[in-house]
Amino acid sequence: MSKQINIALIGNPNTGKTSVFNALTGLNQQVGNYPGITVEKKEGICKLDRNLKAHVIDLPGTYSLNASSLDENVVIELLLNRNDKDFPDVVVVVSDVENLKRNLLLFTQIKDLEIPTILAINMADRMDYKGISLDIPYLEEHLKTKIALISTRKKTGIEDLKALIENYKEMSSEPCLKASEIDNDYFNKLRKAFPNQLLYKLWLVITQDVNFGKTNRKEINAINSFKTKTKGDLKRLQQKETIKRYQFINNVLKIGQTIDVNQAKDLRSKLDRILTHKIYGYLIFFLILLVIFQAIYDWSAIPMEFIDSTFAQFSEWTKNALPAGDFTSLLAEGIIPGLGGIVIFIPQIAFLFLFIAILEESGYMSRVVFLMDKIMRRFGLSGKSIVPLISGTACAIPAIMATRNIESWKERLITILVTPFTTCAARLPVYLIIISLVIPEGSFLGLGYQALTLMLLYLIGFGSAVFSAYLLNKVLKIQSKTFFVVEMPNYKLPLFKNVALTVLEKTKSFVVGAGKIILAISIVLWVLASYGPGENFNNAEKIVSQKFQKDNLNESELSKKIASHKLEHSFIGIAGHAIEPAIRPLGYDWKIGIAIVSSFAAREVFVGTLATIYSVGSDDEETIKNRMAGEVNPILGGPLFNFASGISLLLFYAFAMQCMSTLAIVKRETNSWKWPAYQLVVMTALAYLVALASYQFLK
Amino acid sequence: MNTTLADLKKGESAVITDVSSIEIPLKLLEMGCLPGNNVQLVQIAPFSDPMYLNINGSHLAIRKETAIHVLIEKINE
Repeated sequence: MSKQINIALIGNPNTGKTSVFNALTGLNQQVGNYPGITVEKKEGICKLDRNLKAHVIDLPGTYSLNASSLDENVVIELLLNRNDKDFPDVVVVVSDVENLKRNLLLFTQIKDLEIPTILAINMADRMDYKGISLDIPYLEEHLKTKIALISTRKKTGIEDLKALIENYKEMSSEPCLKASEIDNDYFNKLRKAFPNQLLYKLWLVITQDVNFGKTNRKEINAINSFKTKTKGDLKRLQQKETIKRYQFINNVLKIGQTIDVNQAKDLRSKLDRILTHKIYGYLIFFLILLVIFQAIYDWSAIPMEFIDSTFAQFSEWTKNALPAGDFTSLLAEGIIPGLGGIVIFIPQIAFLFLFIAILEESGYMSRVVFLMDKIMRRFGLSGKSIVPLISGTACAIPAIMATRNIESWKERLITILVTPFTTCAARLPVYLIIISLVIPEGSFLGLGYQALTLMLLYLIGFGSAVFSAYLLNKVLKIQSKTFFVVEMPNYKLPLFKNVALTVLEKTKSFVVGAGKIILAISIVLWVLASYGPGENFNNAEKIVSQKFQKDNLNESELSKKIASHKLEHSFIGIAGHAIEPAIRPLGYDWKIGIAIVSSFAAREVFVGTLATIYSVGSDDEETIKNRMAGEVNPILGGPLFNFASGISLLLFYAFAMQCMSTLAIVKRETNSWKWPAYQLVVMTALAYLVALASYQFLK
Repeated sequence: MNTTLADLKKGESAVITDVSSIEIPLKLLEMGCLPGNNVQLVQIAPFSDPMYLNINGSHLAIRKETAIHVLIEKINE
């Protein structure tokens, strides 16, 4: 039996902690969630020698053990609970050689918890470049630790780190300074009250507002009852603690580290001067966005077409290869197209994640956050909201996941709630077909009316996101501290391995997570559209062939008529007729009603549903378009898709919350059904009212 | 009136003198914003907020609402 030990990787953000994790575990890693919350839990296995394996956890990046976000709470909860099955035998603090001083703050805190701790100093390859030299033996002695100088970029030092981990039993678990000196009186009383507890643990429990596991609830309550100081006093004491730690660190580094400033070359200030410039900064940001969107649409077009046709062929093949029956049609008409509907978004999603990973890894994203903060704040958002709002134009799902690094819960919640307004890729097919039907082809100042309409729809999407953020900011009464401290990291060339792993893992989580829901919905839709009650549905063949006896239809035309008749009397058709009174004032008939109802699973279903309803065999947009143009309004006469009903439909799709997967993700990220329910009701009601007003005004 | 970080102009440097205000998030102190440290305003965003600072080699951005609580003494060059 080989032995397994637990290692926890801890470090400040932007220190390359995840690169160290990737170097230690390779592809032996998995990403899950901590139970009950949506913080990602990254863990993997690292082989040390034949008899020793290490279970490695990559804890969320944090600047200290004073938690200010969900992600950071996870770190403290693990380190304070010795009964946790993941409690580390040894902690590896990953630090960045250029910011050693700041990184050591967290290190001294962890040492106070008396856990064996290794200091891994990353980016050691930049030491010469920055003129930094370190006295390792001196640092090891005074920090009471072992140090590994590593560079994940140059792939050096990882073996040294592994060797230190192997010999973790020799590591000192002694604190390196006496932090309790900041208030001897208070800490002596605390020690007397709980003689069996670690003093620093007591201090953290008192000062941190974290949710500890149920196992030690009693103990925590007892400690929390020790209230001899006010909140303000406690905070002052925390400030003193931080100053005290820095004094210690400064003294150690005075001898242990020398920096020759003359040797330091500075690329960052030159880049910063351009990238955060009042005018060029925005211009460059805008250009980068243009390039990204162009690339997402252009590059993913080919794989998307390929996926689309592959699934169509596969569905056709299934129909022919398997014996006819309910199971075959469920497979060929329900499940396979349903799965295709997920898989087709993989290229777009993967490209989007690729660009976002590159922007983040390179350090550019922080500059955008800096540039946009003031503008976004006027609308109750944060500079950090810009990332989700941009990603939302591809797909709201990854966009909502990207809100995680917004510290203020209020700003984060508002961002999550308004993101679905931005025009996602799934709205595009609906927009394109309706615009081509109802907007004339002329042009204004060289810009086509149709293109202008599309652009206007994108602006409406973004505008309503920002405007509803403004309203939510006024309405929501959430007390949350809105502090904003953003590190501006050094510019770095992104590491291929990191970017690739991020793209792979995020895409996988999207496909699996959203996929389950889309699959379920597509099965339900298929069942509702394939079965119906009573004579009209079950004897459809007979009724239709009698009705068209005189018309001498050929077989394929007749079977289309039968399918159309069946759909009209299927469960979904009955539902369509039932809702018709509600949607007639918007200018739609029952068929559009069905398409809208089925689009509540996902918007892009609209075109496909209309295609089936109008009994057009293929999904080819031109044919559908011709059919749609030929539809006659059953009551008023004249074309069903005219300017008024077209605009009404466009606006309905611009505002309505029609995406099950987004609702599911919002539920996951906010941990409550309340917010997705609000989104569904408010956005859809808004869509209905706007569509109603525009139709009644234009008709 | 006391001089604060918010009074700093682009390119100017100062020494931090006091950070004891309760309004200052602990995170800012942890990032190195401590008495005795040098601070330089690297860049200021349009509409003069947020501020991009270099505090003893630590680069970070904070909002003006936080900056007004950090007391400084300007260095005259």
